Amino acid sequence: MNILCVCGNGIGTSVLLKVNVEQVSADLGMDVTVTTSDAGSAKGTANMNDLVLTSPQLAPELEGVTTPVETVQNFMDKDEIKGILERYND
Amino acid sequence: MATDINGFLPDSAFQLDVAAQDWKDAIRLAGQGLVNAGFTTDAYTDEMIETVEKMGPYIVIAPGLALAHSRPSDAVLETGLSWVRLSTPVKFGNEANDPVSLVIGLAGRDENEHVSVMSAIAGSLSDAEKTRKLAAAKSPEEIRAILNS
Repeated sequence: MNILCVCGNGIGTSVLLKVNVEQVSADLGMDVTVTTSDAGSAKGTANMNDLVLTSPQLAPELEGVTTPVETVQNFMDKDEIKGILERYND
Repeated sequence: MATDINGFLPDSAFQLDVAAQDWKDAIRLAGQGLVNAGFTTDAYTDEMIETVEKMGPYIVIAPGLALAHSRPSDAVLETGLSWVRLSTPVKFGNEANDPVSLVIGLAGRDENEHVSVMSAIAGSLSDAEKTRKLAAAKSPEEIRAILNS
């Protein structure tokens, strides 16, 4: 599945999130491709993905996106990320 | 994975156990570290503060941890990071993850150059034992060694 990690500028927090999402996916045996983006361009590219991950503060920026958007409170908590990915692992 | 942590986080980019008045002050310290290391100009510090003013305290991505940054711009001379450990934690207005005791400043010329060092940081800060060691480390050298381990 394709996962898009979104942050304000697309170079900081989303990159850290991507690293941990890739790690957790590997642990779960999920085959994922993770890309990063800033909130502005995410609106256009979200639909090419199966899941969008972002922070609670930025989720309102993604209103109208048809791909499921999940928020991550603690980007360094692999259990939180795992809980989200497990729901999409089928 | 071997990464060029020394290059991305030189001694001059560290400020350990310093005091900040508030979140803006904490970001200014992170900006100062980036300027000291030759990664950015002062303008980038203002851009990092503007990012929070515009988009909210989303940069507080984990309990106690803020990743101060802005987008690639003329104010970014080199890709690199700074590391500010606060003597007293400050609030950024992020209910879930306040207060912040570690501010990592990030200046990137693009989305890719810093990925390896970000991997090292993500790997360490998602590990409770390493996070504890980073909070107690006495020198930049010690911190880089933990990030590299």
